[in-house]
Order: sequence, then C-alpha cells, then structure tokens
Amino acid sequence: MLRERTVNMIVLLLLLVVPAYALITDEPFTITLATRAVILALAGVGLNLALGQGGLVSFGHAAFFGMGGYAMGILASHAQNYTPILESPFLIEGTNSMPVIWLVAIIASALLALLIGALSLRTSGVYFIMVTLAFGQMFYYFTISWPAYGGEDGLSIYVRNQFPGLNTLDPIQFYGICFVLLCAVLFLVDRLNKSPFGLALNGAHQNEERARTVGINVYRLRLVAFVISGAITGLAGALFADLNRFVSPTMFSWHISGEIMIFIILGGVGRLFGPVVGAALYILLEHFLGGLSEYWFIYLGAILLGVVLFAKGGIIGKLAKREVGHGK
Amino acid sequence: MNMLLLIEQILNGLQFGVMLFLMAAGLTLIFGVMGLINLAHGSLYMIGAFAAAAVAGWSGSFLLALIASMAAAAMVGALIELTVIRRLYDRDHLEQVLATFALILIFSEGTRWIFGSFPLFLNIPEYLKGTVILPGGIEYSLYRLTIIGIGLAVAVGLFLLISKTRVGMRIRAGENDREMIGALGVDISVLYTLVFALGAALAGLSGALVGAIQSVEVGMGEPVLILAFVVIVIGGIGSIKGALAGALLVGLTDTLGRTMLPVVFGTFMDASSATTVGSALASMLIYILMAGVLIFKPTGLFGSS
Repeated sequence: MLRERTVNMIVLLLLLVVPAYALITDEPFTITLATRAVILALAGVGLNLALGQGGLVSFGHAAFFGMGGYAMGILASHAQNYTPILESPFLIEGTNSMPVIWLVAIIASALLALLIGALSLRTSGVYFIMVTLAFGQMFYYFTISWPAYGGEDGLSIYVRNQFPGLNTLDPIQFYGICFVLLCAVLFLVDRLNKSPFGLALNGAHQNEERARTVGINVYRLRLVAFVISGAITGLAGALFADLNRFVSPTMFSWHISGEIMIFIILGGVGRLFGPVVGAALYILLEHFLGGLSEYWFIYLGAILLGVVLFAKGGIIGKLAKREVGHGK
Repeated sequence: MNMLLLIEQILNGLQFGVMLFLMAAGLTLIFGVMGLINLAHGSLYMIGAFAAAAVAGWSGSFLLALIASMAAAAMVGALIELTVIRRLYDRDHLEQVLATFALILIFSEGTRWIFGSFPLFLNIPEYLKGTVILPGGIEYSLYRLTIIGIGLAVAVGLFLLISKTRVGMRIRAGENDREMIGALGVDISVLYTLVFALGAALAGLSGALVGAIQSVEVGMGEPVLILAFVVIVIGGIGSIKGALAGALLVGLTDTLGRTMLPVVFGTFMDASSATTVGSALASMLIYILMAGVLIFKPTGLFGSS
C-alpha cells in the first residue's frame, strides 16, 4: 500500500504529464478533456468540504455550479453586446475579464449557499438531502422560465473571456489557468481541514453532541463550511461555462449534483484528492465507454453500484492506507 | 378570472396532488419502515408507465394496462429490493443516495435501449373520454375526475391497510422498533420486500395514470420524484397522513400558482412582464412553500421531532 500523499503526488504529476504529452503530440482534444476533468474536480473539491469533512450530504450543489456559470454568462453576454447590466441607480457593466468574473461567481454562489444553507441546515439526515435537492431544482426551473438570459435555450458566449497576459483561446493556456486554480484551492482546503475550523467540522461530523458539549456552535460551523463549499463549486461553474462558452439550465440540473457526488465516492469520501481522482476517472469512463456504446450510462451505473456496495473508500481507499487522524 | 375557471383549476390541483400522493406514499413508507431514501422510486414510476403503454398497445385494454403497470413496478421493485436495496439498509444515507442514483442510470438507459428515445403514447379509453357536468354546471374531464377518485380510494385503502390489518400492524411496529419485531418472530426481510413492492406498485400505477395525460418517456419519473420529496419534507417523513396533506398542498399551490400569479401580477404590471414574472415565480412557488414550512417546523407538518 502506498501513502496517501504519494498517491496525491502521482495524481498531480499525471495532470501535468498528460496535457504536456497531448501538447507535444498535438492532440488538443485530450487537453480539452483534461481541462474538463480539472474543472469538475474543482467542483468536487468544493462539495467534498461539506460532504466528506462535514458530513453534509448536499444533493443541491448544482445550484452553485449553475450560479457560477450564469455569473459568467450574464457578465460576458453584457460585455459581448455592449449593454450595461444596470443603469440606475448606478452603472454596472458587463465584463470579459476572468478574474472579475471569478470574483463575482464566488461571491454570488457564496451568498446563495448562505441562503440555502441557513434554511437546509435547520434539518439533518435525509431531510437535508431532499431539501438541498429541492432548492437546487428550484433554480433549474427558474432559469428555464426566466427568458431574459436565454431561458431554456441557454446563453452562448462567442469568445472566451480574457486573462491578463495569457491567450485563453489556446487550450493549453486555459488548462494551465484551471490547473493552477485547482492546486490553489486544494492547498487552501488542505490548510482549512487541518485548521481548528476543519478539526471542529470533522469532530461535529463524527459526534455532533460531543462537539456541542465542548461549546462549538455546530450550526454556524456547518453554515460556514457550506458557504465555502458552495463558493468553490461556483468558481468551478464559472470555469466550466468558460470552457464550453455556453451556459444553460442543465448546469442547474440535479444530474450535475449527482455527478459531483459520484466523483467523490469514486475517488474516496473525505480524501483531499478523492474528487480529483474521481473526476478524472469519470471523464475517462465517459470518453471510452461513451465510445463503446451509446448507452454508456448503464455501465456507469453498474460501476457506481459496484463501488458503493463493494469498494468502500473509493479508488484512493484501495490504493492508499488510512493516515492517522484523517477522515472519519 | 371567473369562478368556473378557478374551480376547474382547483380540481386540476387536486388531480395533481393525488398523483403526487401515490408517489410520496411509497417513498415515505419505505423511509419510515426501512430508513431508506430511494431515488429509484421515479424509475418505478417510469417502468409502470412503460409497462402500461406496452400492454395497452398489445391488448387494447386500459384496465389490463393499469394492472400491468402495478405488477411490473412491484416485480421490479421486489427484484431490486432483493438484489441491491437490501444491502443498503445499514449503510449511511450517502451510500443509499448513490446506489439508488446508480439504479436510475441503469433503468433510464435500459428503458431507452429497449423502447428507444421516442415517447410512447398511452390513450385514454373511450369510456373515460369526454367531460362530465358537475353540480354547479362545471364541465370537467372525466378521466381527471377518475384519477382523483382512484387516488382518494388508494389513500383510504392505505389508511385501512395500515391501521386495521395484521400487515399494517407489523408495518407500524417496524417503524417504531425494527429489532424488536424481528425478535418477536416476524420475518422482517419478507416484510421489507413487501413494503418495497407495495410502494413500487403505487408508483407504477401513478406513472400509468399520468402517462395517459402526458407522454410516456424516459426520464418522466425524475421531476415527479423531486416533487414527491418536497411533498414528504412538507408533510413529515414517515407519515402517510403528512404525505396526503403535503401532496394536496403542493398540487394545489403549484397548479393555482401557475394560473393565478400571472393574473395577480397583471393587476399592476403590463401583460407581458406580468406573464414572465408570474410564471417564473410560479415555478418556484412550491419550493418557497417548502422553505416556509422548514422555517416554522423543520420536521414537517406531521413529522415527529
């Protein structure tokens, strides 16, 4: 058995080597696949903070993913059409600068997570799952029935947004941006998990009553975790929209929530790199099984069922031994 | 808006509500007795509709189609209970969610594989077509009225089953203390399969009934599943009474919201933006209702804390 840290390093190395190899052999499609994997991994890292560390089984993270996507879509579409978003009481204009869009996406999805979390965290267990699912679905129907930004058809952004000093239309440069963001967030989440905040969150996951007894405000702790988690997934949503240059209500669909959850369980719940491994594996499966059969979801379902029933701990759980004081 | 239209919409809301009840009753029973959250319940609804469409196409009998929908859903339900669901009772909710999500993927794609991507059509039989005149001169679709009747009959039947029969007593005992009734010699695993198949049959029936109004297609169960979740969150998980109250509340709120809100906004806005704002808000209304219930009673209207 390997150490978890070794496994993580191998994963990071692969995420560098594979696109580099694709660049040399001139296969931009592989780079796009890798970009997709990295962005979805980021969404998973967000959910994993709430789900793996906090034990909050949110089935509504598509709401934040979609919110990030629409933050990008709305800002960029106004910039594209040279129309301001708001004229009075003060002028707000669209933008096509990635850092600004990221910031807006993070803030918008954090606020949304604050709202959904404040309500949903009043419940626990199976109620929490259903309530988050329902709130996620609410935004799905809202975006379908709200015609201003494309409604059911979605919004196309014709040119990828700009990042100072880089050509974002070059696949490898856009991959680089996403990869660096993923690493930064992984670093941040790792620090967070090891901080008193993360330990308290994990403690409340393992034994809520005990955490409460030592004076921890569990509700507030979980709300903060939920907000950070939503913000990270929102950032991933903005990047995902930029990758496709398209946003639509499907980003809010509960299938997205399910998929983000699948990344985590495939990779390993509560493992820092679990969602990264899971998302990469998901993309590989999608690519190869999708090429084999039109009905590849049957195989995906069977694999998922197998992992849930027989392989607790996911891929990383099979490869690496538990490190002391880690996870539940 | 005139009175007749309003009453018609209320009846539509009731019809929608009893359909949701058929879904929610199974979900809430399964959760109450086995402690399992079953996402694949929507697949059973879809299987019921497809079985009904296939049998109706083959035999031409709507009644036979309804029986087939219940039989097929119950059979598939019992089958997945025996092979997969059974292993999940002791697992945490996350694993239940993912395993039943995996079942959805398998069932949806499997159905697409067998029946193709095009929707099937299930026709309302001749003897249920047309309208009836209700007291007060309201003309209403006979078929929808029949659905309301069937739904209410099932609700009454379910209440009797659970409060008056031996099986019902065991189900109630199972909700209270699983281990104890096992220790008292009740074969708990048979009871579980039975409850699961019963819930599945109800879902299948509701799929077939709705399938005759809408089209029968892959994925038709998912929106209904999520609404059924909203219903049992509002009603209180595990409570049949709560499922009925929640289902009618959601059915009425959604149906009336969709017709009334654009009218209400129309009183102080121009027509086109009233339609836009009204219908967008109407699509969120039941979730706002759910949020409201959560603020005042986090365990639902009939739930125990």
